[in-house]
Amino acid sequence: MQRIGVFVCWCGSNIAATVDVKAVAEALGKQPGVVVSKDYQYMCSASGQNLIREAIRDSRLDAVVICACSPHMHEATFRKCVSAEGMNPYMLEIANIREQDSWVHKDRKAATEKAISLGTAAIAKVQLNAPLFESPNPVTKRALVIGGGIAGMQTALDIAEAGFKVDIVEQKPTIGGKMAQLDKTFPTLDCSSCIVTPKMVDVGANENITIYSYSEVEKVSGFIGSFHATIKQKPRYVDATKCTGCGLCTTKCPSKRNLNEFNMNLNMRPAIYIPFAQAVPLVATLDPTACIHFKTGKCGLCQKVCEAGAIDYDQQPTYIEQDYGAIVLATGYNQIKPTKFDEYLYNNSPDVVTSLEFERMMSASGPTAGDLRVPSTGKRPRNIVFIQCVGSRGKDTCREKPYCSKVCCMYTAKHTILVKDHWPEVDCTVFYIDVRTPGKNFDEFYRRAVEEYGVHYIKGMVGKVEQGDGCLKVQASDLLNNRQIHMNADLVVLAAAVEPDPSARHLGTMLTASMDTNDFFSEAHAKLRPVESPTAGIYLAGMCQGPKDIPETVAQASAAASKVIGLLSKDHLMSNPCIAHSDPTLCNGCSQCTNVCAYGAISYQDQMVVYKGVRETRRVAVVNEAVCQGCGACTVTCPSGAMDLRGFANNQIMAEVDAICN
Amino acid sequence: MQLTEEKTAGETAVEEEYTPLIVAFCCNWCSYSGADTAGSSRFQYPANIKIVRVPCSGRVNPLFILRAFQRGADGVIICGCHPGDCHYTTGNYYARRRMTLLFSMLDYLGIEPERIRMEWVSAAEGAKFAAVMNDFAATINRLGKNRKLRDLRCAK
Amino acid sequence: MAIDRETIVQISGSNPRLCMKCGKCSGTCPAYDKMEYHPHQFVDMVDRGDVEPLLHSQSLYLCLSCMACVERCPRNVAPGKFIEAVRLAVVRQQNMDHLIPEEIPGMLNEDLPQQAIVTAFRKYKK
Repeated sequence: MQRIGVFVCWCGSNIAATVDVKAVAEALGKQPGVVVSKDYQYMCSASGQNLIREAIRDSRLDAVVICACSPHMHEATFRKCVSAEGMNPYMLEIANIREQDSWVHKDRKAATEKAISLGTAAIAKVQLNAPLFESPNPVTKRALVIGGGIAGMQTALDIAEAGFKVDIVEQKPTIGGKMAQLDKTFPTLDCSSCIVTPKMVDVGANENITIYSYSEVEKVSGFIGSFHATIKQKPRYVDATKCTGCGLCTTKCPSKRNLNEFNMNLNMRPAIYIPFAQAVPLVATLDPTACIHFKTGKCGLCQKVCEAGAIDYDQQPTYIEQDYGAIVLATGYNQIKPTKFDEYLYNNSPDVVTSLEFERMMSASGPTAGDLRVPSTGKRPRNIVFIQCVGSRGKDTCREKPYCSKVCCMYTAKHTILVKDHWPEVDCTVFYIDVRTPGKNFDEFYRRAVEEYGVHYIKGMVGKVEQGDGCLKVQASDLLNNRQIHMNADLVVLAAAVEPDPSARHLGTMLTASMDTNDFFSEAHAKLRPVESPTAGIYLAGMCQGPKDIPETVAQASAAASKVIGLLSKDHLMSNPCIAHSDPTLCNGCSQCTNVCAYGAISYQDQMVVYKGVRETRRVAVVNEAVCQGCGACTVTCPSGAMDLRGFANNQIMAEVDAICN
Repeated sequence: MQLTEEKTAGETAVEEEYTPLIVAFCCNWCSYSGADTAGSSRFQYPANIKIVRVPCSGRVNPLFILRAFQRGADGVIICGCHPGDCHYTTGNYYARRRMTLLFSMLDYLGIEPERIRMEWVSAAEGAKFAAVMNDFAATINRLGKNRKLRDLRCAK
Repeated sequence: MAIDRETIVQISGSNPRLCMKCGKCSGTCPAYDKMEYHPHQFVDMVDRGDVEPLLHSQSLYLCLSCMACVERCPRNVAPGKFIEAVRLAVVRQQNMDHLIPEEIPGMLNEDLPQQAIVTAFRKYKK
């Protein structure tokens, strides 16, 4: 029988206030095999760990049970602690008496009984533990960044800077993302494209970075340290290696009336186009749905004018296969189209725009070259109404998001200041529910809009917008003055909610990177691991994890990069030894385990099996230890009971159940 | 010797007020973390619910559940990641199929189907974890003691 | 029975605590200017238990029940339901005859269906 040591932690008063730790230590001390049972204020502290190490030494312990916080919290700490005394780290079990006992129960007697029961179960399990050994797996020193917006670019640059190869996969024809579409940034009002385009150039020029633009990640398999991805490069019908980006084809293309996505569909572009002058890569892309050649087989003008001979109407998708050690998700966001808000007339009036559309209307590179005009009349607006929280903070899931989109308050203040700066005579009114400006120099910025520029901020929501005679009629409530407002507006700007890019859902499923109910990627720990997905080797940057502004996105991107660099600088990762193994004497070679294995870790071999004196060659299951992830699906499906899981063996779980039910 | 001890313990237990015993199998990645989140947020649920950590809901062998009932558990709940969110891609789908079969077998045996439940709880859903546990505990309280599946040799 | 917060909340089937005080209900209300208490105030006053003034307010009968506020409320608070609930609670009060039998002959009109008189009598004679 093993010599087991039990250590009960008080966690200050976190456990001790609800659980009688002395009684727990005493009761568990009487369990079979237990030779030491102690309690201490903070078991994870240096002196607590010393207590454990001394006991292992002095009482010659074979196994240790720690009754403390969740194993997700300190299992690694205690494993390190026991292995420092030469004990195998897998001879340790943790009974979770904090998160799953003292914190969720108030009755001291019941909580103490439960702690004893959980401790007994851990002792029952540890008696069946066997030493397990981690084996090294090589790390592929290359990172994949999905998304080429500011988050993806920053991560890629930081990783490349550290000397590792990085591939960026961007679904649009150019990197740059939403930031390239913005006019100015808050709260400094510096020109967005002036800061993002040099970054794009850096990314394009960095020899460690490969950009796969107009591409998608088709398939990913593998695990931390050795992912394998298939990247699909969509045909752009232009040979990117030949195209010089001169733009001659775009000026000659006769199919000119196609919505320009870069300008939020506010103007038109030709069928063959370069999204904007500073695009990286600076390569034309042909839109086959708009191209006359693809529709009728005629035209072919772009091919005739292209001096580089880059136009290739027969281009097919290409597939790139590559191994990666780490993956960063930086898939970003979109602004919702407020088409389901009939009350705001977005569907019916061109003069009701979203803030991203307004951003293009104000931008020097936009359709009007920054000259703000009312879309329906072409005149300068006399007054503009800004409506906040459109589609944010709502409960109606078919058209609203439950969360605050975070950036709207600040960009609206920016918009009003920019309008007032250029055209002081334009009246700006903002209807808000709350003005949320936490951030460095944020509140000062908002107050400037009110105090210096005389923007009217009215607490209350707009109930409806109607088409008036030559202008829009806005009906709203002014809650502070308890009155209803009826006013005219030439332009209405909706601060529509942000939502994760739709590609994120598919990626999340493919990578098993968990998502919350709003399709934002979940972080491994809300406070302590905010840039990692719970799935090892997957990191998060930017809006795909939750609404955030540019500096926060850049900070998260750099943080994700540092995590990736930390991973890629290792030559090997120690594998999880809690994996499946098959007993050849019991295996009947039925293949059921192979069918349920999500990793393809189980194969079949002809093996010489000796059982009860009979020697025969049989077809038996063999688990590839480097590939098995230890889920245990095969153990349940195995009809003969040959398959078992190390660390969570059938008899261990049974022993736990028995101990709990006793 | 041991037998007599168990016997006396069993007899006194009968006189005590009935508190059901509930075993929860929680997958390591979502539901066990969800239970931790419930803890960090201090969402209360009854102390007679005891959690067994398994790597994945797909690791839960129906035999574990039957064993729990045999050893005197009054209810068993299996918690896993939401469909599509399984850390191991498909484990919870297998669990769902297996449990469907087990539930119908238990129903066939005349065991109240409410005694066993399968729920999806993500790591972020501390409130849901506590709500599910409270609801399940209330259900088991209403159903009373599990007598049909209990091994009499264990009980007395 | 006293008409309190719980009564109104129960009749309305809606939760006033969900309100984030955005004022969209009052922004959308077509009868706003006629009302003494506006839709957002109904929600707040019911939540605070300050129901008494609402019972006597003409605002109850000025609400058109157009349900624009219910449709547009981002929090599913549905202010219109509170107004309906207060109105119903007032109507349901015992010994509050809103319709006196003697007055009925004077109201009769041959286009009026018999059924309408019976239902109105049931509803308003307590």
